[in-house]
Amino acid sequence: MADIVLDKVSKKFPDGTVAVQDVDLEIADGEFVILVGPSGCGKSTTLNMIAGLEDISSGELRIGGQRVNDKAPRDRDIAMVFQSYALYPNMTVRENMAFPLRLAKLDKETINQKVDEAAKVLELTSLLDRRPANLSGGQRQRVAMGRAIVRQPKAFLMDEPLSNLDAKLRVQMRTVVSRLQKQLGTTTVYVTHDQTEAMTLGDRVVIMRGGAVQQVGPPQELYDHPRNLFVAGFIGSPSMNFLHAAVQDGGLRTGLGDVPLGDRVRRELEAADAPRELILGIRPEHFEDAELVDDDTRRRGLEFEAPVEIVESMGSDKYVYFTVEGERASAAELEELAADAGASDFSGAGSNLVTRLSAESPVAEGQSRRVWFNLEKIHLFDPTNGRNLTLHEGRAAGALAD
Amino acid sequence: MATGTETTTRARVRWGLLDLLVVVFALVPVLWIASLSFKTPGTLTDGNFIPREWTLDNYRTIFDTDQFVRALINSIGIALIATLVAVVLGAMAAYAISRLDFPGKGLLVGVSLLIAMFPQVSLVSPLFEIERQLGLFDTWPGLILPYITFALPLAIYTLSAFFKQIPWDLEKAAKMDGATQGQAFRRVIAPLAAPGLFTTAILVFIFCWNDFLFAITLTSTERARTVPVALSFFTGESQFEDPTGAICAAAVVITVPIILFVLFFQRRIVSGLTSGAVKG
Repeated sequence: MADIVLDKVSKKFPDGTVAVQDVDLEIADGEFVILVGPSGCGKSTTLNMIAGLEDISSGELRIGGQRVNDKAPRDRDIAMVFQSYALYPNMTVRENMAFPLRLAKLDKETINQKVDEAAKVLELTSLLDRRPANLSGGQRQRVAMGRAIVRQPKAFLMDEPLSNLDAKLRVQMRTVVSRLQKQLGTTTVYVTHDQTEAMTLGDRVVIMRGGAVQQVGPPQELYDHPRNLFVAGFIGSPSMNFLHAAVQDGGLRTGLGDVPLGDRVRRELEAADAPRELILGIRPEHFEDAELVDDDTRRRGLEFEAPVEIVESMGSDKYVYFTVEGERASAAELEELAADAGASDFSGAGSNLVTRLSAESPVAEGQSRRVWFNLEKIHLFDPTNGRNLTLHEGRAAGALAD
Repeated sequence: MATGTETTTRARVRWGLLDLLVVVFALVPVLWIASLSFKTPGTLTDGNFIPREWTLDNYRTIFDTDQFVRALINSIGIALIATLVAVVLGAMAAYAISRLDFPGKGLLVGVSLLIAMFPQVSLVSPLFEIERQLGLFDTWPGLILPYITFALPLAIYTLSAFFKQIPWDLEKAAKMDGATQGQAFRRVIAPLAAPGLFTTAILVFIFCWNDFLFAITLTSTERARTVPVALSFFTGESQFEDPTGAICAAAVVITVPIILFVLFFQRRIVSGLTSGAVKG
């Protein structure tokens, strides 16, 4: 049990590339923190530095108040679960789980007792005499977890532990990991590239990009109040819609019509160096079929009409894809996100809009449909630096705030 | 489909015949020697593949002569020690080469390759002089040292190929589990590299066992003379006796340890020992 503090931790490789830059992070005792970001963002390097598998170029790492920069992994008393599981193939499940205890020179009886206990927690008791080669992916994953929990370390580090499992098992194991962490109350740092895992598992989520921390906070806060374009685009599935918006006569001209602005945003745009073009972001659930919106709500938003491209009925609600005319939003962050999602070469004319409408909506493919969206929930980003202009003291206030 | 099976059957027959040809080509001389070793002096030159008169006299003769037994002991001792040292040193070097990035790594690999490529004949005379000066001439170390030198590149190459196959995550996992670098190597990496260690051991052993050039140059008496050399000095009981049968018997005898060695370690050279280590 211990807290982990990263104080301006950086990693610079001998060839000059900077993998991690000045990461400041305080992880409280017993906290479950997720490091998330696209591949190459430095999350795994950060984890390896905490583990001691990678040297820290500059900055300080403290575990339980003690500086551990120069300590070997074995002297840090932390356990790690690897993406590849890294089970010892020449040992049985029991021997695998007992390995850290044997290295710690515990007596045989204690080892057996601890292994049996951990095996029971993870439902591995019947598999103890098998070898890793004869286990399924999910079972191997559990053995890897068992090897980590068996010696009750100060902290767990998990490097994408679920990414080799199939989708269904991954959801199941997610709850196992979550329950286990709550039960043991051990400080955990978990690396993933999957934003769903990040949202569902962690007490706090750290979003990284290009070696730098973008935002740290509880999942809901990141979702509702993204500090910048990257965070907004990375968190959420389907992801936030981004539209090009031109500043004109105290309002915004967008593909969805003219958006009025509240005093606060307007004041911000009056500055001499303020951008003339913005990126407007709206989450899919902040759209609604205009027919289904009552008058009171209608006043808080704006309506537009667009041709329906595709309707995906999920039962509980409908995902409706529209094509809207006008310029596409463009920014380095958006390109990076698209590249990470493997969709960089996928582009149609105009902008694509994903909306989540009520299941009652009679929307059909090929039609044109009137859609309402909530102005209080939109975000405005500066395309040059990605900053969220609607954010005030850490809260997103929409376009109309005074 | 029909034509498909037809071609595979025909291909199989063709390959079978080719394989048979290679096996016959390789084995006939060996069997011929074995056959000669069981023949009596009178029937030695009768040209029959299967001896008409069987005898074990040849074997009795060679084991009666002190010369051969002594050479056999020399051979076994020298080959085993050289193999052990070469494999241990080779394993450490190969591990460093496959795992670490250190300055001069390319040079080290290049130099060891150079040693392997150097024609041994050209080194024999200088070695002879050096060993005479150092007092190593006609001793066990006098043969073991050059054997290690020439076996090491081979060992390093084979072993580093094996080490590269072992997922690095295993070593990281061992370190996280509380192992020192040494413990991680001994308890996790080495057991997984065992097939590689055995393969290398066999190759090095065969190299040492078969060597004639160094053995004949760097020895002069029974003190360190190995079997291949002893064989060439073989004469019968008297000057007039034909030693062919005895030489053949000795040749068969020195082939046996190699076959045993390979058979014994063959079980360990199983591929796929690392399956189940990572992913699934």
